[in-house]
Amino acid sequence: MNSLCRILCCCLLLVLPSARLSAHAFLEHSDPPVGGKVHSAPAAVRIWFTEAIEPAFSSVQVLDATGKQVDKKDTHRDPSNRSLLEVSLPRLGPGTYKVIWRVVSVDTHRTNGNFTFQIVP
Amino acid sequence: MCELGVTSRAFGHGFAGARFFPATLSTDDPFVSDELSLPTVSTIRTPDDGGTRETDISVDIAKRITPQFGIEIGETLSVLNPHEGRATDGFGNLELGGKYQLLKNGPHETIVSVGLGVEIGGTGSTSIGADSFSTWSPAIFFGKGFGDLPEALRLLKPLALTGVAGIAIPTSASTRSITVNDQTGERDIEIEQHPDVLEWGFALEYSVIYLQSQVQDMHLPAPIDRLIPLVEFAMETPLNRGAGGPTTGTINPGVIWAGKYFQVGMEAVIPINEHTGNNIGVIAQLHFFLDDLFPHSIGRPLFGGNK
Repeated sequence: MNSLCRILCCCLLLVLPSARLSAHAFLEHSDPPVGGKVHSAPAAVRIWFTEAIEPAFSSVQVLDATGKQVDKKDTHRDPSNRSLLEVSLPRLGPGTYKVIWRVVSVDTHRTNGNFTFQIVP
Repeated sequence: MCELGVTSRAFGHGFAGARFFPATLSTDDPFVSDELSLPTVSTIRTPDDGGTRETDISVDIAKRITPQFGIEIGETLSVLNPHEGRATDGFGNLELGGKYQLLKNGPHETIVSVGLGVEIGGTGSTSIGADSFSTWSPAIFFGKGFGDLPEALRLLKPLALTGVAGIAIPTSASTRSITVNDQTGERDIEIEQHPDVLEWGFALEYSVIYLQSQVQDMHLPAPIDRLIPLVEFAMETPLNRGAGGPTTGTINPGVIWAGKYFQVGMEAVIPINEHTGNNIGVIAQLHFFLDDLFPHSIGRPLFGGNK
């Protein structure tokens, strides 16, 4: 048993330092928040991811309740934060909006997701 | 050796659409992936020989050959502590497997795979009851996330179900052993039947990760924001050769914490009936995502590019 434990520890010590750490990009948080309600129309949707992302292969779309895309189609990565993706919005009225995101992290892993937020008077 | 329905292959993690499925501890799930379970440790007192404490330490590795096909290899060290008598330990039979992903539907967070596993007889230690014959196990696997539920049920969207159904087919229908009575000198022949066994199970999980990132940001702090509470059901039903007895198995409630590069999980192992046992055990696992640790080398498929 002790021998096996030593072998396992050695394997871990060998494996982990040689790892090139980079991973699937998860949504960390967003503005407006996932499932949240805001009282004033946001100027943009911002999504912070857990990994740096490739903007050329990443997108954020905002749809209204009828499924019509209402964002300004200018998805871009924040110049000072490689994990922050944002898309500008026109002045939106009250309602429920769906955000659909697709990203490729810098290690080429693809992830996607969606969430809604509400603008209430 | 009583396995209590808990098997020891490398169980896959993966994505289907927006859904991240963790690697489950006690039942196999449908994902083909690059990963390393190092180690999985389980311990329980089984009903064998008047009560035997069985502790298993296993190492499993899975490797994608193509994005849809992967192979698995696993080995287990078992330590048996009987109620009376000496403890024994030894390695179990080598386990190999292959899995092919038949279907993946992102919008409906659905995946279906088929697989074939083999426990190679005679590669393990007879002292811990490793079989001298091989056992083949074809199986079908599925996973389904409930992210497509209507908005009225939005707090149920983080639920997901994975499951497996397969048949373990031994290459030997029975084995016979001869014992000699020390006092009378008479020889007794004991025949042990090896039935085909339906192996089935499922895992119901609720992903706080999914809740936070797809449904409702609850502003939960770490490490709660990356927990996946789950309950697994791992069952075995003998089918033939006079052993069509009751189903044995365990119900395993627990929790997984999934990070970027690895996950850790722990479950209670609760026997479903007296045929399985009367004592509660525990299983714990440290599991590495090789595709995230080594995205440009061993963490990607050998052929066919990345997923």
